[in-house]
Amino acid sequence: MKTLSSPFIWIILVVVGGASLLPILTNSVSLREDMFLMLMLVILASSINIIMGYTGYVSFGHIVFFGLGGYLAFFLMKEFQVQFMLAALVGGAGASLIAFFIGIPVLRLRGAYFALATIGINEAFRSFFTNFDLFGGAVGMFFNFSVYDAYGGAKNAGQLAYYAMVVLALVTIGTSFVIKKSKFGLGLMAIREDQDASMVLGIDPARLKVLTYTISAFFPAVAGALFFFKNGLIEPGPAFELHRSIEALVMVMLGGYGTVTGPIVGAVVYERLRGFLITDPTLSNAHLVIAGVLLLLIVLFVTAGVIGWVRQRVPALRRYLE
Amino acid sequence: MNIEALIASSIDGLMLGFVFGLMAMGLTLIFGVMKVINLGHGPFIVMGMFAILVMSQLGINPYLGLVIVVLLGLLTGIVVYFVAVHRVINAPELTTLLATFSVNMILIGALTIIFSTSPRGLDLELPSFRTGAITVLGTRFVAVLVAVGVTIALYSFLYRTRTGKSIRAVANNRGAAELMGINSSWILALSFGIGTLLAMISGGLLATLFSFTVLSGGGLEVKSFVIVVLGGLGNPTGALFGGIIIGLLESITTIFIPVSWVPVFEFVVFVLILLFRPNGLFGAR
Repeated sequence: MKTLSSPFIWIILVVVGGASLLPILTNSVSLREDMFLMLMLVILASSINIIMGYTGYVSFGHIVFFGLGGYLAFFLMKEFQVQFMLAALVGGAGASLIAFFIGIPVLRLRGAYFALATIGINEAFRSFFTNFDLFGGAVGMFFNFSVYDAYGGAKNAGQLAYYAMVVLALVTIGTSFVIKKSKFGLGLMAIREDQDASMVLGIDPARLKVLTYTISAFFPAVAGALFFFKNGLIEPGPAFELHRSIEALVMVMLGGYGTVTGPIVGAVVYERLRGFLITDPTLSNAHLVIAGVLLLLIVLFVTAGVIGWVRQRVPALRRYLE
Repeated sequence: MNIEALIASSIDGLMLGFVFGLMAMGLTLIFGVMKVINLGHGPFIVMGMFAILVMSQLGINPYLGLVIVVLLGLLTGIVVYFVAVHRVINAPELTTLLATFSVNMILIGALTIIFSTSPRGLDLELPSFRTGAITVLGTRFVAVLVAVGVTIALYSFLYRTRTGKSIRAVANNRGAAELMGINSSWILALSFGIGTLLAMISGGLLATLFSFTVLSGGGLEVKSFVIVVLGGLGNPTGALFGGIIIGLLESITTIFIPVSWVPVFEFVVFVLILLFRPNGLFGAR
């Protein structure tokens, strides 16, 4: 494939992959936990970028797929002792299927109406799972520790979940790049710029949008499955947390809307910044205020995000920095 | 089930619905005038709650305090508009969503620092009316009166004054309104201020009815979205009716189904209305 011969994507993948190896090389568990969370956020932000950055549909409640994937996989692992990677893939496929059926009607909405509908969908699922006794209702579900025995104990299971998350992050970034460089991606960007004009050019927006929504639901769902597998506990609140979804949007904006590198940079910067603000004794109380002010400054003055800004300022990099 | 319980909960829901309607009116007004979904709506409601709390601690009657809340709300809204919204007013919706979300973060952060997140309540006793199984709490009754009064005042302002007419003109067609010599920046700022003051008054009224925390705004904001969509985005009358529907729904359905199922039903209806009646239940197709 021609797109995969581009050096750019390989540099990105090597950098991300290399960074993921650090906790294994240094044998530091706390660093591994940090990286686990960071990779998860990269996956969330990159998937939102596929539907929002390329296609222009602001999926505010995208976290719904994280929760759905998490719940489906958790149920399979707990009740049927399904191997966790298989369960995660089934959870991802299930969430994609749900996204497909939700997407057909909902993607007909445009702009603010679509954004509101995605919030509604997330809240509907959250309140449904709070009541759904098969999945534990409001209390959620938790593992007996014996579940981890199949993987050589809880410690080993955490390690395996980490490897799986690294692979998933690399696949997500790769997919994001391939979509952007493909004719499919060109169609998406045409929809983003002007949906009506894109139809005149022979693009079928309905088909493209639903397909994109289905793809962008898969990665957060698998990430959710891995996260809750490691967590050992799943509850409706943390699984369908709207705030996390909005934070992922912030990461995309911070790094650069519609670029491959942007969501990665945004996720890393945002998470580092938050970690720094929360742990600093004098700033921890004010961390929300400071983060809010920074976000406002970026939204008002650096609309293109970090990567977008660099691309505007240094035209020579435009060919390489996607 | 007995009929008296049904009547009692309908009255309860109806009264609560007026306050919900007022709350959602602030959100829908801002959307109607400038096509901005204000994600700072929740914190504005919470600010109203805490303004009343602080004033009652200073010995001011909460209902008298609402007058001060009106001024405070107007001022807050105008300042927030010029700081956070004015620069991106013509940008795509994502930008204004994030700009107002950053206002949300800043306000919630600041309120948490000042008041912490522990639950608060007002110490307020009013006489209540009672006939058989039906009890009407005095605080609820006054809340309905205030909500109706504010709605009438809003409509008189929008339809009887020159400034109100300018607001409607800008909502209708900003470019044309500017050509007619209307200073659209000020009208937009004023509309944002009015939207904010409506949110804060409703917050003040809710504070007289329930206990609250700094984080109460999140749930109320989402509820406002549901109400606004029921009534049609940008339609204040619709919002009032939407509020009443939600108030009734939440109180009556609890007789038939467990309380925790109500939100499921609410959000499913919300998505269905967005899909099939995007102009709201009362809007033109």
